[in-house]
Amino acid sequence: MTSTIERPGLVIRTPRGGLSVRLRPRSVLVAAVLLLAILAVGVAALTIGDFPMPAADVFRTLFGEGRPGDDFIVNELRLPRLLTGLLVGAALGISGSLFQSLTRNPLGSPDLVGLTVGAASGALIMILVFDGDAYQVAAGAIIGCLITSVVIYLLAYRNGVQGFRLILIGIGISAMLEAVNSYLIIHSTLQQARTAQVWLIGSLNARGWDAVAPVAVALAVLVPLVLRYARRLPMMELGDDAATAVGVPVERTRLVLILISVALCAVATAAAGPVVFVALAAPQLAARLVGGGRPSPIVAGLMGALLLAVSDLAAQRVFAPVQLPVGVATSAIGGVYLAWLIGREWRRGRG
Amino acid sequence: MDEPLRAENVTLSYDARVVARELNVRIPPGEFTVVVGPNACGKSTLLRALARILRPREGAVYLDGALISAYSSKEVARRLGLLPQSAIAPSGMTVADLVSRGRYPHQRLLRQWSHDDEAAVAEAMVLTGVADLSGRLVDELSGGQRQRVWLALVLAQQTPILLLDEPTTFLDIAHQVEVLDLCADLHEQQGRTLVAVLHDLNHACRYGTHLIAMRAGAIVAEGHPADIVTPELVKDVFGLPCRVIIDPEAGTPLVIPAVTRSRTRSAAVVKSAENQL
Repeated sequence: MTSTIERPGLVIRTPRGGLSVRLRPRSVLVAAVLLLAILAVGVAALTIGDFPMPAADVFRTLFGEGRPGDDFIVNELRLPRLLTGLLVGAALGISGSLFQSLTRNPLGSPDLVGLTVGAASGALIMILVFDGDAYQVAAGAIIGCLITSVVIYLLAYRNGVQGFRLILIGIGISAMLEAVNSYLIIHSTLQQARTAQVWLIGSLNARGWDAVAPVAVALAVLVPLVLRYARRLPMMELGDDAATAVGVPVERTRLVLILISVALCAVATAAAGPVVFVALAAPQLAARLVGGGRPSPIVAGLMGALLLAVSDLAAQRVFAPVQLPVGVATSAIGGVYLAWLIGREWRRGRG
Repeated sequence: MDEPLRAENVTLSYDARVVARELNVRIPPGEFTVVVGPNACGKSTLLRALARILRPREGAVYLDGALISAYSSKEVARRLGLLPQSAIAPSGMTVADLVSRGRYPHQRLLRQWSHDDEAAVAEAMVLTGVADLSGRLVDELSGGQRQRVWLALVLAQQTPILLLDEPTTFLDIAHQVEVLDLCADLHEQQGRTLVAVLHDLNHACRYGTHLIAMRAGAIVAEGHPADIVTPELVKDVFGLPCRVIIDPEAGTPLVIPAVTRSRTRSAAVVKSAENQL
């Protein structure tokens, strides 16, 4: 009788069955493919550029045996930029996947519900009002993002937070903050406005190790928490009552996951500016690759890393020697994707 | 004998709206308790409070002699299962996947799928007769099959107490009987304590071994259906004149609504309206 019952994916157990881990084979495969793709893009990002360098030289340089000039180009320019892109992409992918799962809606992504706009407001106030340096701007972005999230949460709270209400309130707050941002820019000098605009598009230009470190630390702390709390997401998909019935403290879990998502979004935006569409598109693309519903946040994170690294490479090379901010590339790629997605849903809805 | 689940002086409310005031309910062990009453009498609200979904505004719910709020969420879920009204099956999910989620309270970060989990899911699917459907998508099932799959999820939890919130809603009569027969088996053969909210008074009489009748947030009568179901009680609770006879099939009380004159009267109203036009 047991043989007719479908196995719940891939189960790995210790010999006596005391410990066991359950995986979806397709997710493991997709994660492996994404990792390989990230590796390939990484090698490409380190080798091509204004000073093309053979892969062998790049590897030698990475292990500290390269020529001094190569060492500067690879270890001080290209590697930190690549890592910033990968880590920011991963943070945005995970953040987006958590938010979309919690709101049960692909539109419930941090860049649409006002979190990135809130971060931008914080950063702009630092740039335009306090004339702050890079660290202060990053801090401003994080504080702006946190304040915005608290405001949205409180406004959306009524006996618990419901996804759709949170999205609508988020879109409203987002529109208001856009207005604030425009006001701030109009009332600034031309030089300040230029700095602000570059920041607003989102860019990885000239990101050094000081940009890598905060995102790396944030991911190191938050990813284990994601692994722990994301196990409750499949239960929460069944509705609040059913999730409570099988032993998930729903409101507390939702709050923790929102906090993790906001923190990741804030740190990512502080490092690279409000890079749009990655948080929206990465979980959706990952879902299509994995098939059958919600992708794990880790797969969405890998997808985000790949998406941002590819976008940055394209932004650097397509119009070389002009370097576009990565936000332009993600907007263009994301726009095409969104149009395709909406078009497909539209056709399906009518067919 | 100690009751596994009881509510003491609970006042239940949604926001400011009080639904039930100072209720005292004891769920007898090993019985199939059925809660009945007219729409909006607070019967589902009571069940939600017993399942710690709704926190009472005043009073407290006790599970196995201790405050239910003192247990961890998972610990409650190992003792008490709930089939809620508002469960959602995400699209594209297989039956086996859905049922296996009932094992969550028995799992840990590094104990995600033990031999016990596998056996419990298999047993639950066999009991509910959905083992053959295990590879099918939940979206593709009929209403009756889907309800049995949800029951399998709750059974996979392996709790001694089962709470069911209107398990027969939206099912046709054959599927209603099928689900209730399954509940009766669980109670009779496995000795589990069941509490169900049912709409149909005759189903409640046939399957319940302990009846709780509610009206307007208060408990009107409690006891074995054969002892308490009388025309007076039905009139009192539902405002429905009726006869109560013995069900020729099961020997339990059977409520037959009286033929009122409203049908003939409404025909007359239509007639006079037509005349006026």
